[in-house]
Amino acid sequence: MLGAYLPILVLVVIACLFGLGSVVFSSLIGQKKPSQVKLAPYECGCEPVGSARERFSIKFYLIAMLFILFDIEAVFMYPWAVLFKRLGMFGLVEMGLFIVILFVGYVYVWKKGALEWE
Amino acid sequence: MESIFFLVVAAVAVISSILVVTCKNPINSALSLVMTFFCLATFYVMLDAPFMAATQVIVYAGAIMVLIIFVIMLLNVRVETVKRGTHAVIAGSAIGLFILFQTVWFLMKGSMTGKVGDMTKEQIVSVGHVELIGKALFTDFLLPFEVTSVLLLAAIVGAVILAKKKI
Repeated sequence: MLGAYLPILVLVVIACLFGLGSVVFSSLIGQKKPSQVKLAPYECGCEPVGSARERFSIKFYLIAMLFILFDIEAVFMYPWAVLFKRLGMFGLVEMGLFIVILFVGYVYVWKKGALEWE
Repeated sequence: MESIFFLVVAAVAVISSILVVTCKNPINSALSLVMTFFCLATFYVMLDAPFMAATQVIVYAGAIMVLIIFVIMLLNVRVETVKRGTHAVIAGSAIGLFILFQTVWFLMKGSMTGKVGDMTKEQIVSVGHVELIGKALFTDFLLPFEVTSVLLLAAIVGAVILAKKKI
């Protein structure tokens, strides 16, 4: 049973090794000629201004919250997709109702301009 | 083999959850929490519940973590410099040990009846975990499923009203 998940485990191990290996090998065999400019925090090539620990706008939070809600909507669609053929028309109407109710929320969000970056 | 794998994952889960509460930097705590969520997902897979594992990763390690990190960014939490009081640590450890003792004591006191519920492991393996959940969700629990959409709708409206400057 668990053998079916072996490829995922292999992928996780390779991903971990790649991340770890990149850091370890670049620190081992990379040349180190530090200078004032190289050690400065990288900020898109601009001069870094102030601390990176600044308060972020609530706008990010709103987007994250809306993302979670529609993410949960998507989670319900996985078992529905698996059972799609067996549920037939009934399942389609059922999920259609579910999505229509959430679509009302989507229209509300859009019309209220919550997706705008003002 | 499976029990060794379980012990390794359990050790990672315990260590990462200890890191969640001991890390000085809140972002490191959040990343440790992601690790804990992944370990929990692994446990779900080992319990033949792949859908729960996928949900754990998609919703918790994905969406909820983004929210937690945004809260950290919003609150502008700095690296913890204040020394914490020790009374709370002692009290918390005492309560935790008491609950652990109580749990172990009651577990030792009783004996297993061997009764199984409707959903046996054989049934889950033969029918499929996602199919069973889907069947229950879309036929027996049809009304709660549809009401969930209303709940999500209320949450969407609430999020917009709370977080938006001009409604």
